[in-house]
Amino acid sequence: MIFVLVFILIPFLCMCLIPFVKMKEKAIAVYASVCTIAIVTSYLAFQGLAGNDFELILPGSLVSGPVRLHIDALSGWFMLIINFTFLTGGLYGIFYMRAYSSQKKNLNLHGILFVLLHASLISLCAIQNSIAFLVAWEIMALSAFLSIIFEHEKVATIRAGINFLIQSHVSILFLMLGFIWVAGQTGSYDFSAIHSYSMTHSGALSLMLFLFFFTGFAIKAGFVPFHTWLPYAHPAAPAHISGIMSGVLIKIGIFGILRMILLIDVDYTTVGTIILIMSIISGVYGVMLAILQHNLKKLLAYHSIENIGIIGIGIGLGCIGLGTNNPVLSSLGFAGALLHTLNHSLFKSLLFFTAGNVYQATHTLDIEKLGGLVKKMPQTTVLFLIAAIAISGIPPFNGFISEFILYTGLFNWMQQAAIGTLVGSAFTIIGLVLIGGLALMCFTKAFGVVFLGNPRHTFEHEVREVHFMQILPLYFIAALIVFIGLFPGIFLDLLVKPVQLFTGVRQLPFTSFRGNGIEALLSVSRASLYLIVLVLLLLGIRKLVLRKRTIMVLPTWNCGYTNPTPKIQYTASSFVKTYSELFGMVFLIFKKEKEVEGIFPTTAHLETRPYDKIEKWFIDYPITNLKLFLGRFGFVQNGKLQFYILYGIMFIVSIISIPILYDTVMQFVEFLKEL
Amino acid sequence: MLSLLLIILAATFFTGIIIRTKSIASGRKGPGIFQPLKDVMRLFKKGAVYSETSSFVFRIAPTIYFSSVFVAMLVVPFGQSKGLISFNGDFIFFAYVLGLGKFFSIIGAMDTGSSFEGMGASREALYSMFAEPAFFILMGSLALMTGHTSFQDIFSTLHLGSSITYALGVLGAFVFLMIAMIENSRMPIDDPKTHLELTMVHEVMILDNSGFDLGLILTAGYLKFAVYGAIIFNLFSGSIPYEYAIPLFFVMQVFLAVVVGIIESFMARSRMNHNAQFIVVLSSVAILIFFGALLVSGKFI
Repeated sequence: MIFVLVFILIPFLCMCLIPFVKMKEKAIAVYASVCTIAIVTSYLAFQGLAGNDFELILPGSLVSGPVRLHIDALSGWFMLIINFTFLTGGLYGIFYMRAYSSQKKNLNLHGILFVLLHASLISLCAIQNSIAFLVAWEIMALSAFLSIIFEHEKVATIRAGINFLIQSHVSILFLMLGFIWVAGQTGSYDFSAIHSYSMTHSGALSLMLFLFFFTGFAIKAGFVPFHTWLPYAHPAAPAHISGIMSGVLIKIGIFGILRMILLIDVDYTTVGTIILIMSIISGVYGVMLAILQHNLKKLLAYHSIENIGIIGIGIGLGCIGLGTNNPVLSSLGFAGALLHTLNHSLFKSLLFFTAGNVYQATHTLDIEKLGGLVKKMPQTTVLFLIAAIAISGIPPFNGFISEFILYTGLFNWMQQAAIGTLVGSAFTIIGLVLIGGLALMCFTKAFGVVFLGNPRHTFEHEVREVHFMQILPLYFIAALIVFIGLFPGIFLDLLVKPVQLFTGVRQLPFTSFRGNGIEALLSVSRASLYLIVLVLLLLGIRKLVLRKRTIMVLPTWNCGYTNPTPKIQYTASSFVKTYSELFGMVFLIFKKEKEVEGIFPTTAHLETRPYDKIEKWFIDYPITNLKLFLGRFGFVQNGKLQFYILYGIMFIVSIISIPILYDTVMQFVEFLKEL
Repeated sequence: MLSLLLIILAATFFTGIIIRTKSIASGRKGPGIFQPLKDVMRLFKKGAVYSETSSFVFRIAPTIYFSSVFVAMLVVPFGQSKGLISFNGDFIFFAYVLGLGKFFSIIGAMDTGSSFEGMGASREALYSMFAEPAFFILMGSLALMTGHTSFQDIFSTLHLGSSITYALGVLGAFVFLMIAMIENSRMPIDDPKTHLELTMVHEVMILDNSGFDLGLILTAGYLKFAVYGAIIFNLFSGSIPYEYAIPLFFVMQVFLAVVVGIIESFMARSRMNHNAQFIVVLSSVAILIFFGALLVSGKFI
């Protein structure tokens, strides 16, 4: 009880305080509340991970019934991820927002919302009551919406925000339908009712119910084709909010899906296959579109879709493992998914934060205008590089670890499967490999174009590294990325309890990762260590050898051309040109082009704008048609007061008359029946 | 440990033999087979010239590239003897650690701000992406056939069942040889002897490297060839005792080098925009092996 009180009271006090104190104290108040929430809940989360579940029943209200709070190992794992991202993101955000210190009122709201977002995300992990869950979900959606539109004077930002708001509510709609369905059948809003409902009803009904929840959570997580809000919302939000959104907000969708897998007893093979197919499509499609993007944050947003796909592959494998009673596959699948959730929250938030640094230094995110930042912003460059290697799934960093676990699971699945699933596993492997290769291409492009080479654009203002305090939290994230890469065993041990929750659903024997996967991981970390030692050793030798040699610094070799300009560098578009031609049928690229003509060429230009084909067919096309249809009723809204009064009267009359009419008709029917 | 020594030994003459074969095929005498080694030794003794555009990335990239190839080499076994590092799923590590090298060689090229090097980088990124599925499908099918997921276990149990596996081994050798050609930027994907920057892939990426760094990059290339040669040898070696296996290994490496030299002498490079198709064909061959593996393991119903 004391925990819940602290959890609610201290942030509440801080929020009340924020509008009335000075700028510096506002920051302290916000960060203090974030810290309080983090400390209190991290304690409970660690307890949960150790197997001591926290359980508390609040009286609740007349409508909702008693509200049960429960923190098990799964909640604990996600709470820790959320807390870490908010602690680093909050510190980063405080310094990031100094650039906006003149907008006092805006900052008040932003600070309060930041705390609310944190609190709501945390409580979503613990609440076991549908109505309370929906309320917390709504608080989360609204505070995220208001945080996104911090720069609301920009049209694009508002549009992105409203897009997010609408899609969040579509997601809530699906969740609500699912909860109402269960509550209508069982009369209870407690989550345990969902479990008992699925146990007592047929497989098809449970599957339908699961799909309702899955759709709702998938919109939040950003599975293709529900991903269309992500590439708008992420670039519009301030950097720390984008980092948090991509790091943890979309993960709450993953949490929801995992929770429903625990609660709803369905045919896990079917569910796993559905999730697996959607995930492979999400993963490949996300990264394929990411490569085309010119806006750094939009590029990262598409990568979130890709990584959700990778997490989904893990969940799908885990479910299939549950369905086929294969404890190894199941444990490796869920472990890969959960570890990748953590990994993605780390490197993706780091990437968004460094992108924020780039934005603050240059005031642009258009990668065609950037270049050569490594000389102006060396620390940001190194941090971005670490995150880029990690997200490409390359050793020795953490991205490889989770992908390795998934591969191990996949090859294990392959050994035992029959022909149908064999082809499935082969395609999953191809998908995962392609995702890796494409991610490498995307991040060599992004890193190379933004940070390396010569500046492609001269800025009016001086470009320089941001404040050290703003970079400090990023080092913590980078350290954790390296740490997981080198010592994955510790984290797999932490994952034993959460994974046991899943294997326990079908009473599969699973006690630890020893014997299936972890030994290989220890060797991986040893090999990674070799790699690092070798690199350091060689760098040392190189330094020693070159010490006495003549070192010259001369212009880049340009085949004899002596007057190069930054314009002759390879641009981001040219880097991916062959690729975008090869896969042309998947993309929708708008082109504005004026070709070079004549012997003495005049001005020419080429402008490309990549668009999302799925968005066109899944969102734009239905909406245009709906608009056309609804436009036919435009005459109703004609602006004449008399008509509106008439509508009002018609409404009141019909409200009164319809029941009377109904009764009369029924009486008549009864009368006929008696005849 | 044995494989490490053998690969390093093979690497000393592999590229030399390729060059010698090409010389003889074109009617020249050609340099000695240790000439590439001497070139590298000379490079190690030189100073360095750096582009003024480049940053620390350019300076560390060759080292990391070399290290990645070296660590990848450690997981390759030799017949019954394990690599220095061996674990379940080590071939995944092998592919991904080579990816680290690629990542750095690409960004190293981007760091010079040169138009040509960006071009090479872009091509390298694309081709290596296409080559990877073939590797994984091939190794996946071998894993399926043998029921193991580490290089050493796969190779040592490959031929215990039936002799059809040797047929698959030949197909596998073809795929591995082609992957080696792609990875080392040889014909028909890339021509190391071309003199036009616009048509280069790998060569253009290292235009600005010199001295020690260039030496590391070249050495890594020699090692890579020998590594793939060793993997191809492993496809057939099975449980041959060492006294035969070690001479056979060198015979095989020489044979492969001659094959590469002959391919390069009598084959034109593909057009740049046909390269992608060529590599996808490779994946199809790998899928063929996959179905072959299904047949062998009796899972094809």
